[in-house]
Amino acid sequence: MFPSDTAVWIVFPVILPLVAGLLCFLFKRGTFGIALAAAIGNFFVVCFLIYQMLVYGPMRCYIGGWHPPLGISLRIDGPALLMLLMTAATGLAVTLYARGYFLFRISDPLRARRHKRQQYYFWPLWMLLLTGLNGLFLSADIFNLYVTLELIAVSAAPLAALSGKPASLRASYRYLLISLIGSLTYLLGVVFLYRSCGVLDLALLQNLAGDGLGISTALVLLTVGLMLKTALVPLHFWLPPAHANALAPVSVILSALVVKASFYLLFRFWFEIFAPIISPSSLNFMGTLGALAIFWGAIQAMRQQRLKLMVAYSTVSQLGYLFVAFPLSMFVDGGQVWSIVVFIALTHACAKSAMFMVAGNVYLHLGHDRIKSLKGVRSSQPITVFAYGIAGVSLMGLPPSGAFIAKWMLLSASFASLQYWWAVVIAGGSLLAMIYVFRVMSHFFVIPEGESSKKNVSLSPLLEWPPLILALISLFLGLISPWVLKIVLYKDSGLLAQIFQGGLP
Amino acid sequence: MNSGQLLLVSILLSSFIPGIIIFCLPEEKHRLRTLLNFCGSIVKISLVLVMNAGIYYGHVFEIRLPLIPGVELLLSGDPLSALFTTLSSVLWLLTTVYAVGYLEDSPNRSHFFGYFSLCVTVTIGIALAGNLVTFLLFYEMLTLATYPLVIHRGTEKSLRAGRNYLMYAFSGGAVFLVAVVWLQAIVGPMDFSASGFSPMYLTSHGSVLTFIFILLIIGVGVKAALVPLHGWLPQAMVAPAPVSALLHAVAVVKAGAFGIVRIVLDVYGAHNLLLMGVLPLLSAVAAFTIIYGSVLALQQDDLKRRLAYSTISQVSYIALGMSMVDQQLAVIGGLVHLVHQGLMKITLFFCAGNLAETLGIHRISEMRGVARRMPLTMAAFSIAALGMIGIPPTVGFVSKWYLGLGSLAGGNWWLLVVLVVSSLLNAWYFLPILIYAWFDKQQGPWPEELYVGRFETRLMLLVPPLVTAFIVMAAGLVANAQISPLAWVRFIVRGYTL
Amino acid sequence: MITTMLYSLTGLILFGMGFYTLIIHSHPLRKILAVNVMATGVFLILVATAYIPVGQGDIDPVPHAMVLTGIVVSVSVTALALIFACKVQENSNLDLLRKRNHRKPMKERGL
Repeated sequence: MFPSDTAVWIVFPVILPLVAGLLCFLFKRGTFGIALAAAIGNFFVVCFLIYQMLVYGPMRCYIGGWHPPLGISLRIDGPALLMLLMTAATGLAVTLYARGYFLFRISDPLRARRHKRQQYYFWPLWMLLLTGLNGLFLSADIFNLYVTLELIAVSAAPLAALSGKPASLRASYRYLLISLIGSLTYLLGVVFLYRSCGVLDLALLQNLAGDGLGISTALVLLTVGLMLKTALVPLHFWLPPAHANALAPVSVILSALVVKASFYLLFRFWFEIFAPIISPSSLNFMGTLGALAIFWGAIQAMRQQRLKLMVAYSTVSQLGYLFVAFPLSMFVDGGQVWSIVVFIALTHACAKSAMFMVAGNVYLHLGHDRIKSLKGVRSSQPITVFAYGIAGVSLMGLPPSGAFIAKWMLLSASFASLQYWWAVVIAGGSLLAMIYVFRVMSHFFVIPEGESSKKNVSLSPLLEWPPLILALISLFLGLISPWVLKIVLYKDSGLLAQIFQGGLP
Repeated sequence: MNSGQLLLVSILLSSFIPGIIIFCLPEEKHRLRTLLNFCGSIVKISLVLVMNAGIYYGHVFEIRLPLIPGVELLLSGDPLSALFTTLSSVLWLLTTVYAVGYLEDSPNRSHFFGYFSLCVTVTIGIALAGNLVTFLLFYEMLTLATYPLVIHRGTEKSLRAGRNYLMYAFSGGAVFLVAVVWLQAIVGPMDFSASGFSPMYLTSHGSVLTFIFILLIIGVGVKAALVPLHGWLPQAMVAPAPVSALLHAVAVVKAGAFGIVRIVLDVYGAHNLLLMGVLPLLSAVAAFTIIYGSVLALQQDDLKRRLAYSTISQVSYIALGMSMVDQQLAVIGGLVHLVHQGLMKITLFFCAGNLAETLGIHRISEMRGVARRMPLTMAAFSIAALGMIGIPPTVGFVSKWYLGLGSLAGGNWWLLVVLVVSSLLNAWYFLPILIYAWFDKQQGPWPEELYVGRFETRLMLLVPPLVTAFIVMAAGLVANAQISPLAWVRFIVRGYTL
Repeated sequence: MITTMLYSLTGLILFGMGFYTLIIHSHPLRKILAVNVMATGVFLILVATAYIPVGQGDIDPVPHAMVLTGIVVSVSVTALALIFACKVQENSNLDLLRKRNHRKPMKERGL
């Protein structure tokens, strides 16, 4: 169909889920088949794109043949492709898991009916969300990024409300409003940026930022808008209720993918477009917020009574690590900063997905997720508990998980620059993570009195194996770090910026 | 991959693959599980012996896996790793036999043996680690592999013990990680080498390096149960006897002690440490632990707890030997105690398990006259106990002799005093047990008669302690011969200029 | 120049007013309208950016395209938010129309 060396393949990660989403709306039956086909196709296209990039270098696709600064273009480079891969892999796992989740027979008729209706709306919304995510990672101009951000928000909020419980309706209503504030603040930032620089394209904007009130205002607005969407402390208050009260597959998607998308944007803006005007004090400020997030999230996670709330607060805590990379970026060579972020993002996506999937399994089996009453799960669902253990361990940053590699690089940077307090923050965060992860673990192992050890409850393999595989991937991610490092270093060469210096022709 | 690398990987896989297969087996397949375990152990021991022969003749075994610039995983076989590897493999075989007998009617045996195999794989990984990063990796995985074994019974007590264990172990691990990264930030990426890092770093970063050394020792000291980091060990006694045997003799505590050895000999190097002057601190901590452990052992009536405190005390002999790193004799004593203490302690734990399983005896006060009922078990116990006290010709005497000579040669009189005092304390808490067992009359019925048969207890429970007790005697008698642990330790020490 | 400044300033003021209302007021319709007003403010600034006085060159079409896209997005998002507000009002035990303390009294919740 298309020769393998054209850049047209870049469009596919956006088109496939979009078409699948529309088809899922139209056809009531076979929605899973359509969604699964799209997820698998997405995964293979992303792998193919990685191969292409390794052969040909970073590529762009000009939609409709219009070149910047007028046209919209999509581009692939190292970090974007790794985020796409994370989305594709986690997306595939979630698709399988959701199928198992909705197939689970619930005996209570009221809940069973609700279960069916949820399934009907889940697939198209998830496909549209996937479109938005892929579009965000592929976009090469800042206004298109706004559109994809809105698309993500519009699909994620109904997904979060899908369970129909009053608590989740309230939480997702709030989530929608917060997302809107975030997007509009982002848009205002884009406006200021456009006024100062005159171009929208990311490559052209690189290093165009000079001093000036407009640029600084743009930076502040963009940062605040994206911080709100990434739930950085102190703007994190919307995340735990929304993620905890959603259905398990939805929590997976929200925690693993959606918050990463806005963080990825924030990171790109800070270190590519605004790089000339970033001051060390602003980097330290972001790092301090990250440290606060690590500790606050961990402390709150330790206090929770419900498993899903604990995992949600754990997300808040882990996102803090991503921000601690900001001040340490000054002491790390160029490409390595991206690799730190990518390692944490990839590990966290896989491990957090596994944890939410485990929480979903427990909820399906026991009907609740109160931590104190989680007896006997170990004997009835051994694979699930094992997956939880492995995922928890990866989150803590034990070797050889990807988080360990990232922590190593962060610690090296903090020692090389003699900023010892970051080392304390990072080490302390791991210890706190251990506490809240293993607090639940011991409850899993309690043998309920009076009952002999139950035989395995037959959970469908679709429910048990995705978390285990994702957890194992996150644990052994460190072992493939040479490849990850190699891919991350592929960046746009900046040639485009040199040609179009100065903005509009 | 050349044959040497293949050998290293196979040594690891020989217990990893059986472990994974055992996890997938259904609960009822006892014979298949036992068969897998045994085949794995035999294969491993043979491969290890091949590797030892290769190392003796100077062959180099190394396999590297680079991760990020500055961090690479390295497995290498050098004489020191051969020592620990051999100890682990042989004791694994014996512990497997014992565990099969001990857990004969318990639930969840697939999980137990699966984690058991993983535990041994990780311990071998620690032994074969060729740099601090690889050591750290396997060290943390050891915590993970042993946690399910500790909480295996699922009771409230074991869960609490497990939680405690994790707190201590991961805190130590976090400190260790910080220290490793910091060290690498200063001296650059480094493999274990016989001379440590270059002394020029001492002039620029002397105090920082001292602080890092303390952090490193704290990190491994948690597992090695140096006081005050020992709190997890007595509580972990709630685990089944094979687990205690494994933890104390082979895996966890030995891994911590091995870590201390590596840090002193291969990371910092004897020369640098003498310049830094931090060794007296290590001696003091080791000496304090030795005395403290023995004193607390005296106060315990529960047999396993007394053995636990005895372990805390005895493992510090290794640290003590390392702290006198300028004296070759002391280093020999410390290193060889690694092997000897493992043999003696595992015998003691096997016997304690036998007493509990056969007669329901958990306390020393219940042990009066038990030697009449279980003479072979108590014979093994007695040999090991005499070894702990340090009576010739057991191996315990050999290690204490070398440590004593080393402290004399270095002019450390007070360490000699510590050694003598601790031997006396050992006698004080072991001899009463022996007297109760052999020379007292049985008072009242045994707590529970769980086993009545032709031999005094199940064969699988009886044979391992007899084997290890035999080795305790034999290795002491032939200590000067070519094939004893002592000879290998001498070979190791030859590689270092002390 | 002055024209641009005036319109931009107005846009900023609209943004601020919308933001304030969104945070402070609790009535759902008010909140949703506030979102619209915020969006309108941003669009106003965009249009002002595109302004070039007569005779000094062609108008910059890019901001106009952005505004059009933005209006479309804004409309669909408003629709979604309205549905959400209705659902929350019906199905949960919040009564969004009360001025403070949204919780419905017990008898209205059907207890």
